[in-house]
Amino acid sequence: MPDLEINSTPDVPLFTKTLSHSGMWSGRISRGKTLRLTDLEGGANVGLLLYHADVPSERYNLPDTLKTQHTFHLRHPYCLHSDMGRVLASITTDTVGWHDTVCGCSDAKLVAAKYGIKTYQTARNEFHRNGRDCFLLELAKWGLGQRDLVPNVNVFSKVIADEAGRLTFVREHSQPGSRVDLRFELDTIVVLNTCQHPLDPDSKYHPRHVRLEVFRTTPPASDDACRRSCPENERAFTNTENYHALRS
Amino acid sequence: MPFTSSKLDPSAALHRHPILAGDPWTGDLTRGQILRIVDVEGNQAADTLFYDSHDPANRYSASDTIRHQAALYLGTGTQLISTGGDVLLTLIADTCGRHDTLGGACSRESNTTRYAVEKEYMHACRDSFLCAVHTWRPDLGKRDITCNINFFMNVPVTSDGQLTFADGVSAPGCYVELRAERDVTCVISNCPQLNNPCNAYNPTPIEVIIWDS
Repeated sequence: MPDLEINSTPDVPLFTKTLSHSGMWSGRISRGKTLRLTDLEGGANVGLLLYHADVPSERYNLPDTLKTQHTFHLRHPYCLHSDMGRVLASITTDTVGWHDTVCGCSDAKLVAAKYGIKTYQTARNEFHRNGRDCFLLELAKWGLGQRDLVPNVNVFSKVIADEAGRLTFVREHSQPGSRVDLRFELDTIVVLNTCQHPLDPDSKYHPRHVRLEVFRTTPPASDDACRRSCPENERAFTNTENYHALRS
Repeated sequence: MPFTSSKLDPSAALHRHPILAGDPWTGDLTRGQILRIVDVEGNQAADTLFYDSHDPANRYSASDTIRHQAALYLGTGTQLISTGGDVLLTLIADTCGRHDTLGGACSRESNTTRYAVEKEYMHACRDSFLCAVHTWRPDLGKRDITCNINFFMNVPVTSDGQLTFADGVSAPGCYVELRAERDVTCVISNCPQLNNPCNAYNPTPIEVIIWDS
């Protein structure tokens, strides 16, 4: 079982928003702040992409994140690594213990095949959206686009692999009230949406409500659990601090 | 994955090109052409990217490929899916049996975190990719380099969620063959990594062979 660490964060968030209806959001969150994601109903999925706000071609990197930490899944005290040997965010609190990052997101074709076609003309704001288009809509607001689409994190979702590499989505993994805290180590453009996981076998289209809160938190100390989780992460934190030392 | 050999004759090929360890290579395939990558001496990792030749933003996507087949490893029958949801190529022959698309490419920066700060000077795939995409189209750069395929590389995942770099399952002469389903550009970095067993600590040449449809 994973270690769970509940960080002490101030009670009052700087920002709060609840997403519904395949909700999407993007924002720039600076170093030292923490984004808390709460699955309000259970069974949520949050597709998440991260870009370094200074130079967005530095972005969340699936292979470097996995191989640096010798893992196939994400949880506390792992970190989300960029492609530049640095840490974008640390998972400081996690009541779930397993988050997928290999399956990507849904697209229009998948949503139509799985849930049927529901247009705005007939369904108004109950129409069907998909993960890829939600990412592209929010990326466009930061001058980014398809060139910047890379494998995302699927917060709250668990997918396991058998010996042959076949994947199975684990149902009822995230419970109502589950939460994950991401503490940012670089100024980061956060792009996310609540579209269902692409391998979720549920034939019903019902993205769950997810609450976003941003808190101001203390910077990682030398004995920080994420920093100390493996020598690779210690070196990635050093690389990140070297970047800040030169920049500030 | 099943082992499937090919009847194509290299002496009838349109193009043959050796790629030395640590070198980049870029090649165009028109729809229907077949690309074979040969692991000449065995246990070599061929880090590979594919792009729609007419729209480089529509490029190979590891997560779309994994999602499409609901499986991690690449083998005969795997369709390589792009960020736009198109089939770029189909894997039609494979005498190795397993190929990775989770391990990504080494970079000088990730070498500092994975191994040691002192490893930063060592040649890495990302530098080869940067040279290759820039040679192909000067308007492309780091932004256009995404999570690649590692042909002949073995990165097993366990049911409890661990991931390791294992000794290769490839042997001298093993090859993989792909049919282009649209016009694609292939970018390869013949991996120079010396710090893990992906190349058996001894990077060696590979060969690419292209046949007309």
